[in-house]
Amino acid sequence: MSATVVARSETLPALAFDVEKIRADFPILREKVRGHELVYLDNAATSQKPQAVIDAIVEYYETGNANIHRGVHFLSEKATEDFEQARQTVQRLVNAADASEIVFVRGTTEGINLVAQSYGGSNVGAGDEVVITAMEHHSNIVPWQMLCEQKGARLRVAPMNDRGELLLDEYEKLLSERTKLAAISHVSNALGTINPVKRMIAVAHAKGIPVLVDGAQAVPHLAVDVQDLDADFYAFSAHKMYGPTGVGAVYGKKALLEAMPPYQGGGDMISSVTFEKTTWNKVPHKFEAGTPDMAGVIGWRAAVEYMNRVGVARIAAHEHELLEYATQMVGALPGVRIVGTAKEKASVLSFVIEDVHPHDIGTILDQEGIAVRTGHHCAQPVMERFGIPATVRASFAMYNTREEVDALAHGIRKVREVFA
Amino acid sequence: MPELRDLYQEVILEHSKAPRNYKEPAHANHRAEGYNPLCGDRFTVFLEMDGDVVKDIGFQGAGCAISKASASMMTQTVKGKTKAEAHRIFEQFHELVTGHGHASEAELGKLAVFSGVSEFPVRVKCATLAWHTLEAALEGKQEKVSTE
Repeated sequence: MSATVVARSETLPALAFDVEKIRADFPILREKVRGHELVYLDNAATSQKPQAVIDAIVEYYETGNANIHRGVHFLSEKATEDFEQARQTVQRLVNAADASEIVFVRGTTEGINLVAQSYGGSNVGAGDEVVITAMEHHSNIVPWQMLCEQKGARLRVAPMNDRGELLLDEYEKLLSERTKLAAISHVSNALGTINPVKRMIAVAHAKGIPVLVDGAQAVPHLAVDVQDLDADFYAFSAHKMYGPTGVGAVYGKKALLEAMPPYQGGGDMISSVTFEKTTWNKVPHKFEAGTPDMAGVIGWRAAVEYMNRVGVARIAAHEHELLEYATQMVGALPGVRIVGTAKEKASVLSFVIEDVHPHDIGTILDQEGIAVRTGHHCAQPVMERFGIPATVRASFAMYNTREEVDALAHGIRKVREVFA
Repeated sequence: MPELRDLYQEVILEHSKAPRNYKEPAHANHRAEGYNPLCGDRFTVFLEMDGDVVKDIGFQGAGCAISKASASMMTQTVKGKTKAEAHRIFEQFHELVTGHGHASEAELGKLAVFSGVSEFPVRVKCATLAWHTLEAALEGKQEKVSTE
């Protein structure tokens, strides 16, 4: 069963989804850009932040700032408590069995690097293989390339079809006794494809292969349950789900995390240090060297709480409706080709316009106050697969509206006028 | 507020649709590749140098309207010029599109249509990609293309 289905089968809260009320919670949406109302459709790059998140960060610095896990004084104790409560909030977000399975990092990228270097460093050797997919973001390619380079291992890539759907048979064929880990994206950032990760994990587990899931684009849009998926590692970021930049987490099954060596050395990750020998702290602290982004973690907690109040299922339903509307509206415009037409998609509409380069489209839309991403979306192999240098990507969040999709369609017509 | 028409002038749009010297000259003896990883623009500039003079020039590749038009008009401008003259024109062009210094429109001639780029700072790299590639071809390792 795909994650969208899981999300939609939840009981919806009785309260209606009021997009205008939600928009009022995001101060930046009141900004004017180049004389127009801001139409922010670059949410897959980073989402905007509600007042509740901004307030939580301000309040932390105004009333609660102190270093955690250290002092005996009042503020340090309070900061530690807030920080560890945030860990529990994130634990519940992805339904981890234990809060100690949530390791705070700077973001998805750092989470993947942590697993590549720590788990990969001690479990991948010469002649071994790591399997990824053709739709990965650079952050789920390069850490594995670096590891393979260090170890003399080989990176294998599971292909996709012309719709941007993974070829599951090919993926399964690549998994062998040489495979030491599979690293797969839950939702493709460039195409929007939702991968059947639960099935992909089961297939790998049947061969004794652990799986890391890059969940950066999934957590903002779907209800994620790491226990139901049976993911071994699941990396995700705060800033794509209405939280602050510079903070994220990597979930890891406790037994795996406990057996792994630390990623970085420093303060907080030790239980005792002498010049002869250092003993590591317990998980997750073993992986959290140095003073973390405490304000970021506390801001993230506010973001999760905000999403919970709206309801992930209702967010998913709203975004799904918007994506369908946008696909219909934009897809019907002359010269437009949509890139990524998988059956299961979340919140991403990538497209090209005949004879107009995405960069020019981006500039013209920007003049209308419409923020989209143009380029390769840090997924150059995806662009290569489709034989294009770049796409325009509109990506949706809970605060986007049908009127904004209309503005996008209007902007695209303007592009055609300029290039007529 | 910058105006779209300042950027996408008719001449620029026309060159982007029908670029001039879009070819690899038969007797090319210098080449360089230019790539802008941010937007995926990629051009190869070919030169047939006769001593210090650009006897023939062509380019191939893919990019946005600004980068393609800039490459096209660059080839028209530097054909027949010396290395030093081409370098001097690039300096002027760079000042024009960044809005720094005092670009001489008299020296730039037709290239003055790119003045609108200075209002769109993120597009400066598009306008200068072909020129940087030309510099590399002129100043580079003088590597000869395989057709020679």
